[in-house]
Amino acid sequence: MKHLRELEDQSVYIFREAYKHFDNLAMLWSMGKDSTVLLWLARKAFFGHVPFPLLHVDTSYKIPAMIEYRDRLAREWRLNLVVGQNKEALAAGMNHTMGRDVCCTALKTMALKHLIESNGYTGIILGVRADEDSTRAKERYFSPRDKHGDWDFRDQPPELWNQFKTTFPPGTHIRIHPLLDWTEVNIWEYIKAENIPFIDLYLDKGDGTRYRSLGCAPCTTPVKSTAKTVDEIIEELRATNIAERSGRAQDAGRGMEMLRKKGYM
Amino acid sequence: MDQATAAAARAASKPDEHFNIVIVGHVDHGKSTLVGRLYADTGSLPEGKLEKVQAICRQQGKEFEYAFLFDAFLEEQEQGITIDTARTFFIWKGRQYIIIDAPGHKEFLKNMISGAARAEAALLVIDALEGVKEQSKKHGYLLSLLGVRQFAVVVNKMDLVGYRQDVFDGIEKEYREFLGQFGAIPERIIPVSAKLGDNIADRSRAMPWYGGPTVLDTLSLFKKESAAADQPLRFPVQDVYKFDARRIIAGRITAGRLKVGDQLVFCPSNKRANVKSIEAFNVEPLPMSAEAGQSIGVTLDEQIFVERGEIAAHPSDLPHVSTSFKANLFWLGKRPLERGRTYLLRVATKEVECEVAALHRIIDTTDLNQQQGGTVVSRNQVAELTIRTKTPIAFDLSSSFEATGRFVLVDEYDIAGGGIVTEMVPDDQESLREEARRRDFAWVKGEVSIEDRAKHYGHRSAVVLFTGGRHTGKSLLARKLEGRLIADGRHAYLLDGENLRRGLDADLSEEEKGLTAEMARRYGEVARLLIDTGLIVVSTTNPFGLAYREASQAIRTLVHPAPVIAVHVSKTAEEPPPNTDVIVNGPVDLDVAIKQVMDALKQRGVLDETLGAKPTFQYSI
Repeated sequence: MKHLRELEDQSVYIFREAYKHFDNLAMLWSMGKDSTVLLWLARKAFFGHVPFPLLHVDTSYKIPAMIEYRDRLAREWRLNLVVGQNKEALAAGMNHTMGRDVCCTALKTMALKHLIESNGYTGIILGVRADEDSTRAKERYFSPRDKHGDWDFRDQPPELWNQFKTTFPPGTHIRIHPLLDWTEVNIWEYIKAENIPFIDLYLDKGDGTRYRSLGCAPCTTPVKSTAKTVDEIIEELRATNIAERSGRAQDAGRGMEMLRKKGYM
Repeated sequence: MDQATAAAARAASKPDEHFNIVIVGHVDHGKSTLVGRLYADTGSLPEGKLEKVQAICRQQGKEFEYAFLFDAFLEEQEQGITIDTARTFFIWKGRQYIIIDAPGHKEFLKNMISGAARAEAALLVIDALEGVKEQSKKHGYLLSLLGVRQFAVVVNKMDLVGYRQDVFDGIEKEYREFLGQFGAIPERIIPVSAKLGDNIADRSRAMPWYGGPTVLDTLSLFKKESAAADQPLRFPVQDVYKFDARRIIAGRITAGRLKVGDQLVFCPSNKRANVKSIEAFNVEPLPMSAEAGQSIGVTLDEQIFVERGEIAAHPSDLPHVSTSFKANLFWLGKRPLERGRTYLLRVATKEVECEVAALHRIIDTTDLNQQQGGTVVSRNQVAELTIRTKTPIAFDLSSSFEATGRFVLVDEYDIAGGGIVTEMVPDDQESLREEARRRDFAWVKGEVSIEDRAKHYGHRSAVVLFTGGRHTGKSLLARKLEGRLIADGRHAYLLDGENLRRGLDADLSEEEKGLTAEMARRYGEVARLLIDTGLIVVSTTNPFGLAYREASQAIRTLVHPAPVIAVHVSKTAEEPPPNTDVIVNGPVDLDVAIKQVMDALKQRGVLDETLGAKPTFQYSI
């Protein structure tokens, strides 16, 4: 438990720094386990309140149960939910068969950039974790993006003693990553410790499979698992050697590196 | 170690603590290889990861290296160097390690520092064949400066020197001597071959002469430091929230502990109040105490106005307060650090403008030679210097308190340097500051608080101080301003020094009345009393003649922490005193000048309709 509280203390500190320094702040919420823990941590940091909007980039290909869950929590927790969608690309028939990178870039990266630009957000809070993939392992807690939303990983700002990059030239924005130090197991341990509501797609409901990572329906496949409770998930993850995002198609080859340089989450 | 043993060791350990380790050392000495090997040998790699990277290597026709497991970027793999730090995780014997692999190339020193600054312990890798190199020394020195006291030296590539003990002994002797110059002592020095797995997870058969622990055992031997909770309290204010009925002072305790009922002193304002509650979300019942490391929020029994950047402490052990301190600093900026340029200083949550008052010496970290004098500090250099801040700040010496004893400097948009405070430098306001502190601690309050008055009047109390030479129109401006404030419904009073001379100062001889220090002290204390009545005090430095710079500084110290809006009036352009808010020179256009002062009052939050962009969450008056 002690290590979970350490993680929580650091995340809360990051949230409060973000809120203090950014007048136009927003947080991405994909309804997955990570961004829901992120949302919970925001309520920890601000004593039950979430004092900024939550952005959902809706590709229209999300699993329907996720949308129901989103709307329920938004109502119960009185969240300011902003949904963004690349309608033009969808109208033109964009889907994963046109190439996964093309589809991800159009429906996620472009939609996100449009949301950021049209609302003038200068700080975006995201639930990425360092252990998810090797480019995220190199992220900063406060990570600048240029005018085009691109990530210059070659020249990242120094981050010293919890002093973060909170000043930036006009036209650029900062991505804020409070969950960077959390692992997949930590997320589930915390969900259990705090009794956080989560989507049951993460559990095996009898067919011997469950989702380990949630994305768009066509590009996310369940993993073999008989974990029916959070405890069983934690047990399973402690023993497994299978990568968390092995069910996520866009991670193949150098997919994530290319996507993230261009502004993907 | 076979896979079954490794898997058993991992499964048996439900971690209940975290531990951050940084791997540092000269470029190409094998840091990433060491990390890769550590993961492979403890079975901590995801299934297929090794095979995937090996396949990419075959495709590109190059030899597989363990380093490729973590050098994520194409450029990193192509050039065979680590560009930025990677956080990777593994669990071993009850601990969840976050391993931070820092780049060794000197181009990427700022990335190495970012990695090392969050580490609790370090492994410093030296190539047995190449020996101690430039970055081996620089990294060793910076670890010490960054406050990483636990570290072990790993002498890698022993296979390339035939596993010879004399080579190892030579490196050990040379490096220990270097570290000894600044008092750093490694916990141990380990001969390894990361590539071949000698002394990483398993003991090496090739080096029977080495009897110490392996790298993996060394990690377990590093101790979790938790001494901060036993220190005196330091609770820097991060923000003040008013989301609902509660007014919550939020922040992270950096040292010591606090409990409900404790009296807190906020420095440098010297305001005091008792902890009424410790607030928390989804915690039942609410906590009664909290300690170092925790991000918390407290409510106070009195509605005092405190701001981000102040440090709360117990009355028995307060931090230093000054505008000046000595420090050791490393510079990472794109342009050199220069005397006379303004930087933003951040100590804990405080942000204040500062400049380099003196540059004592530049330290060459490769040979620790000292270069006297000089006016600039270049990128990747370390210097000993004196910093002067625009307004007084609370801080500690880094030898006593880590978090409140170190700082960063921001140049334009970027964090460009970091440093540790080595010495407090008393400034010329020291004795007046002490007077103000003693007086404020013993201040007898009535039933009506300063915040009650502020709510009632629609403004906070403040001092508007007109400075400048004789016959510049200060008095006229001051009179007009008082009139304007009253016309607007504010509560203002023109405090004229002449009225003190013949009354309060009647006990002084004419000679004594010529002494700026005592006259300013008396004037400042009267202003302090008027501040407590909730007024906006309009004043000029007329009684002090040409000594207005000294006098205005003394008045500032005595009325602190009330806001002072300084207006400098002169006939021709001249250098105003430090911290001047409004400059009026040439022929005075009264209306324009008054408007400038009113704007400054609004901007400083003195007048009530001026609360910032998030009004509902600010302290509301």
